[in-house]
Amino acid sequence: MVAQNIFFYVIAAVMAFSAIRVVTVKNVVHAAMYLVLVLAGVAAQYVLLASEFLAATQVLVYIGAIVVLVLFGVMLTRAKLGEDVNLTNDYWYVGAFTGVILFVLLAVSLLDHFGDEPLDQANAETQIVGNTEQVSDAIFGTYVVPFEAVSVLLLAALVGAIVLARKD
Amino acid sequence: MDDLMLNQFLLLSAILFSAGVYGVLAKRNAVIVLMSIELILNAVNINLVAFGAHNGTIAGSVFALFVIAVAAAEVGVGLAIVLLIYRNRKSVDLDEVAQMKG
Repeated sequence: MVAQNIFFYVIAAVMAFSAIRVVTVKNVVHAAMYLVLVLAGVAAQYVLLASEFLAATQVLVYIGAIVVLVLFGVMLTRAKLGEDVNLTNDYWYVGAFTGVILFVLLAVSLLDHFGDEPLDQANAETQIVGNTEQVSDAIFGTYVVPFEAVSVLLLAALVGAIVLARKD
Repeated sequence: MDDLMLNQFLLLSAILFSAGVYGVLAKRNAVIVLMSIELILNAVNINLVAFGAHNGTIAGSVFALFVIAVAAAEVGVGLAIVLLIYRNRKSVDLDEVAQMKG
């Protein structure tokens, strides 16, 4: 359990630093690279939370597909590959104020409400073995209708993206 | 303090969420705004999985999977729209896209 905590705090420090770098760095490609660090950290946190199927999905979908898509977007929109000083708008301090206030409010209310609650309050033994079987049972049992709806949504997004992006 | 707490995951996701909100509000490059939206969705996913582990149910993980699928669809359509904006105006500066401003 101590080892889990050490891993959590090391990964969390990397994630917090990278998340802030994503929105402050002056180079769009570097921002995408920091985004990869954040997404890999999220996958590691899923492993700590014993959801290894979700961690694999995170690596496949986010790092494998979405970041590549974002890098294609950077290239196709010919964003400057070097430093771009004009990346934030004139009212960035309003956004910074909102972000800081939001974080303070969230932190205060979370610390106030959840305090020292442990993560696994009920069944510690299921936390260790992982839950891929239960995930598949739930998806193809209880949640089969939303699963099919998501597949239709992905098809619609695919067709929509092609229709939008092709040259007539 | 030798057990994993619920709060440490929630606070981590609060950091990611706040950084994403700052990026959405303050950035003028549309691609970076899309990356910030990904940050926000990942913060939500960490919350879902942490609460699922907290309650001992599988629903959190399943809903996080649905969020990942919807995020993939969202970024695909979003980047197509960004490409269209770039093709029409040779720029992805969101401050210049203000036709619908009242």
